[in-house]
Amino acid sequence: MKAYILKRLLSMIPVLLIVAIFVFFLIHMIPGDPAAVMLGPEATPEEVESLKEELGLNLPIYQQFFEWSLHALQGDLGNSLYMNQPVLDAFTSHLGPTLSLALLAQGVSIFLAIPIGVLAARKRGTGIDRTFMIIAMLGMSIPSFLLALLLMLVFGVQLNWLPVAGYTSLSEGLWEHLKYLILPAISLGTIQAAVIARMTRSSMIDILSMNFIKTAKAKGLKQKVVIYKHAFRNALIPILTILGETFGALITGAVVTETVFNLPGIGQLVINAITRRDYAVIQGTILLIAVTYLFLNLIIDLLYGLVDPRVRLNRK
Amino acid sequence: MEGYPLLEVKELRTRFSSEKGTITAVDGVTFKVDYGETLGVVGESGCGKSVTAESIMRLLNEKSTRYDGEINFKGVNLLSLPEKKMLDIRGNEISMIFQDAMTSLNPVFTIGDQIAESIIVHQNLGKKEAMEKAVEMLRLTGIPSPEKRVHEYPHEISGGMRQRVMIAMALSCQPSLLIADEPTTALDVTIQAQILEVINDLKEELNMGVIMITHDLGVVAEVCTRVAVMYLGQVIEESDVDALFASPRHPYTRGLLKSIPTITGDRSQKLHTIQGVVPALDNVPKGCRFAPRCPYATDKCMTEFPLLETLENGQKIRCWHHQEIMEREAASDVITAAT
Repeated sequence: MKAYILKRLLSMIPVLLIVAIFVFFLIHMIPGDPAAVMLGPEATPEEVESLKEELGLNLPIYQQFFEWSLHALQGDLGNSLYMNQPVLDAFTSHLGPTLSLALLAQGVSIFLAIPIGVLAARKRGTGIDRTFMIIAMLGMSIPSFLLALLLMLVFGVQLNWLPVAGYTSLSEGLWEHLKYLILPAISLGTIQAAVIARMTRSSMIDILSMNFIKTAKAKGLKQKVVIYKHAFRNALIPILTILGETFGALITGAVVTETVFNLPGIGQLVINAITRRDYAVIQGTILLIAVTYLFLNLIIDLLYGLVDPRVRLNRK
Repeated sequence: MEGYPLLEVKELRTRFSSEKGTITAVDGVTFKVDYGETLGVVGESGCGKSVTAESIMRLLNEKSTRYDGEINFKGVNLLSLPEKKMLDIRGNEISMIFQDAMTSLNPVFTIGDQIAESIIVHQNLGKKEAMEKAVEMLRLTGIPSPEKRVHEYPHEISGGMRQRVMIAMALSCQPSLLIADEPTTALDVTIQAQILEVINDLKEELNMGVIMITHDLGVVAEVCTRVAVMYLGQVIEESDVDALFASPRHPYTRGLLKSIPTITGDRSQKLHTIQGVVPALDNVPKGCRFAPRCPYATDKCMTEFPLLETLENGQKIRCWHHQEIMEREAASDVITAAT
């Protein structure tokens, strides 16, 4: 197991290198002088020159990359031009809201999707199945901002049950923390739920036609046991893959929802950095997002082993 | 339930409804199995032998399946039992072994867990005692060091081993009827013999009835006491195993027996085949179902449906012309012998 994890960690190096190269050259792909672009049209040539000096843009490009990578390896991703703080600090301070939102949204999606998917598989071809799958199809097609706005309108403005936007950290108390996250989590979670429910359904239909399900029935087991113990455990493997993907998307891609609900998460950090042309922040967060994704994948792969003994490692 | 036969299937009809219409997979099947007896059910793929077996256990999807007739198990008609009562019968009174042991075992649970599961459900034992019983059952089926094997997963053991696990699982609650659906088809010949022996030994030990579903007449000759030959959802001949091999009556049974290669036979001769293919179930012939493929078929066979007739020696047959065929064949045998 240790050897496997080590191997996986080593195999991350080339991936990260490619991401790093891409991210680094992002600055140089912009037409014109990056320093001038950053400072805007009103900057004087002296200001541009001094910024170039500060960012090391006058050095040969390979040397720039080398120095940037060396610093990145030491956890120094440069400083934000606008926030006056290191990129890594900016990232970690924005990670909290995003992580809370992602966990809550994933919880909502699992809670909705798994029972619906299992039910649709059991009632395959009936009205129940079709109704749920049509709803799932609609769910997948709704843009997240639209659902977010609708939820805001109904629960925030009309009913006044929950705050429309904003954020308080967990240190202010659990409910205070959660009440700002409920609406964004529902709007993200239901959309993810649509994807997971469809996957659960097709995976369960697959498994329910397997021979060992017949064996389980022939043993005299109750239908509940056959479905939730024998079938679901097997159906979980592809579902786990989708869960990993959706969780990754939640951590990194909740940009729109975070903006709509004004949550100070990673999404907002990225958006602000892009509008302000804060290149160090853009580079740093993309790199960190890639690292997060890679670790998430590793965790999912290790979870497979827990669910399915056939992919378990090091059994003698 | 003394006095009742173990299993009596009467005029069983199993129909599936689908979008295309209704298909009758089993059409009026009647047979009996007694304690300590092995009934072979033989036929080509699609003849309804597996559906018959699954109908007895009521394993088919209840929504799209309609059963008619009677399946009397120890005098109780299983078809009229509520599902809840059926749960006590499945795996406890009647057990089943399937063809492909690899896919019939759940890949994510250990062998021990899978055997212990039925023991826990039916015998009210705790997990620990059930595990001990599982080890004992594995030992009975001839698996070496069973106390280690119980902790292994199905993918870690061989095909023959897996079928032994299936047998251990099926017999863990001492059922009175075992249905074995092609239990040796997916196995090597040497392993086949071992598995059949295990089933036979345990049958004698528990005095249970066995229904052995197979398309392999070698298996029938080896373990069965009686045989029912099925064709297109119907029993077309039923008799003692010796009588069937010595004097098969139905042209289909004759064809089946003739298509077995013999080691002493003339190798230059082509193997006998039954001409044509089995018709689809939604397009069954009007008269005798075998008529379109039968070398002896007459106009009567094409239009009139023969009933299962019981001969004086107890043999049952569904054919209009079996008497003439017997005589004709006997005559031609004399001619062949003379030349």
